[in-house]
Amino acid sequence: MVTTNKNIDIAAVRILLGEVHDPEVPVLSILDLGIVRDIRIAPSGEAWTVPHVTSAADQSAPREASGPAQLEIVITPTYSGCPAMDTIRKEIVTTLDQHGYGHVKVTTVLSPAWTTEWMSQEGKDKLKAYGIAPPNPLQQVCQIRPFHRDEAVQCPHCGSYHTSLISEFGSTACKALYKCDECKEPFDYFKCH
Amino acid sequence: MTAALIQYTLHLADDSLILGHRNSEWTGHGPILEQDIALSNIALDLIGQARNFYQYAAELSGTPVTEDQLAYLRDGWDFRNCLLVEQSNGDWAKTILRQFFFSAYQTSLYERLAQSRDKTLSAISAKSYKEGIYHLRWSSEWVIRLGDGTEESHTRMKNAVEELWKFTGELHTAAPYEEETAAKGTSPDLPTLRPLWEDKIKEVFDEAGIPYPPPTWMQTGGKEGRHTEQLGYVLAEMQFLQRAYPGCEW
Repeated sequence: MVTTNKNIDIAAVRILLGEVHDPEVPVLSILDLGIVRDIRIAPSGEAWTVPHVTSAADQSAPREASGPAQLEIVITPTYSGCPAMDTIRKEIVTTLDQHGYGHVKVTTVLSPAWTTEWMSQEGKDKLKAYGIAPPNPLQQVCQIRPFHRDEAVQCPHCGSYHTSLISEFGSTACKALYKCDECKEPFDYFKCH
Repeated sequence: MTAALIQYTLHLADDSLILGHRNSEWTGHGPILEQDIALSNIALDLIGQARNFYQYAAELSGTPVTEDQLAYLRDGWDFRNCLLVEQSNGDWAKTILRQFFFSAYQTSLYERLAQSRDKTLSAISAKSYKEGIYHLRWSSEWVIRLGDGTEESHTRMKNAVEELWKFTGELHTAAPYEEETAAKGTSPDLPTLRPLWEDKIKEVFDEAGIPYPPPTWMQTGGKEGRHTEQLGYVLAEMQFLQRAYPGCEW
């Protein structure tokens, strides 16, 4: 199938983006994470030049089309140094390419800064079922003062709030390490940001 | 103005990259697994921030230079990082204190830079500020833990203060390009940030039982390319591969 900008259906593209997963938390799609900020179609009869170089990382994405693009996906990183972003960019292009959207431009924006407030409820439910405590609402944390903890994190295994922090930094930039004082299981907390 | 803006952007990038690299030297060598991971995460944040600044500097330069070339192919006198971040890791106390001094400075800087008239610097800073808060809280807690810990940990923290204090004056001493960007509303007026930094250090030192050092002579020059010998060791390790095998990728 060859698509032109006349017959691109944003809703269909959105469904395809739901198949692109975070390589580090594979239970979450990039839509669940809230990192897809926009899906744009070039005005009729026009096209963007690709690759659109916003960064050297863009240049290294191998499958981005080099012809005119009719479709632009705008994403934002979770953390500045998140190493999953390059993989995610490639996955977006590959997934869309497999469904006939061959000329895709992926643009990275930094502002407004990503926040866990953008994570979907569906995403939070999936995280919990996967064994990762989903982020609490933002207003509960992010105090700059040392040893200041008023955040109650619920154990994803037994549901107890009787949990304690092991380390604010976990296996990936977006997670903290907790343990449950009730069921004694350690778990990851997708920290609010 | 563009020349000053490029210098300033490189300065921000270099600060983050060099401290990120120093922290990454701990990866696999941390005192316990969780803290090894914590410091590696901080390194990752800092290097990510550096990449954003380098990409912007490359764009401003109007030449085909890339972020990698800026990081790997400039020599010591081209680096604009402050002297504090290049200092060797020493023991855990020195690494922690270096991070604490820097994070206290960096978070207050990013908070103000988020209001910059320069949209890109503002976007990068607003994002990085959120990450910096974690770094500041984590390092503050460790300064308190060590300062208020055993006789041994207290002594080590005091020794670290003695080693690093002379490099803290540079944080709030503006280089010529910073004076220029501040005059245009692109960056904050550095001396106005100093009281915030001092308050933070006093607050944490007070809790840690570490005396706040009396005024003393301060070493400067890093932001204008005059570095301590420590930077050379960082560059030798960090740049070796690209120097030996130019353009190498994997």
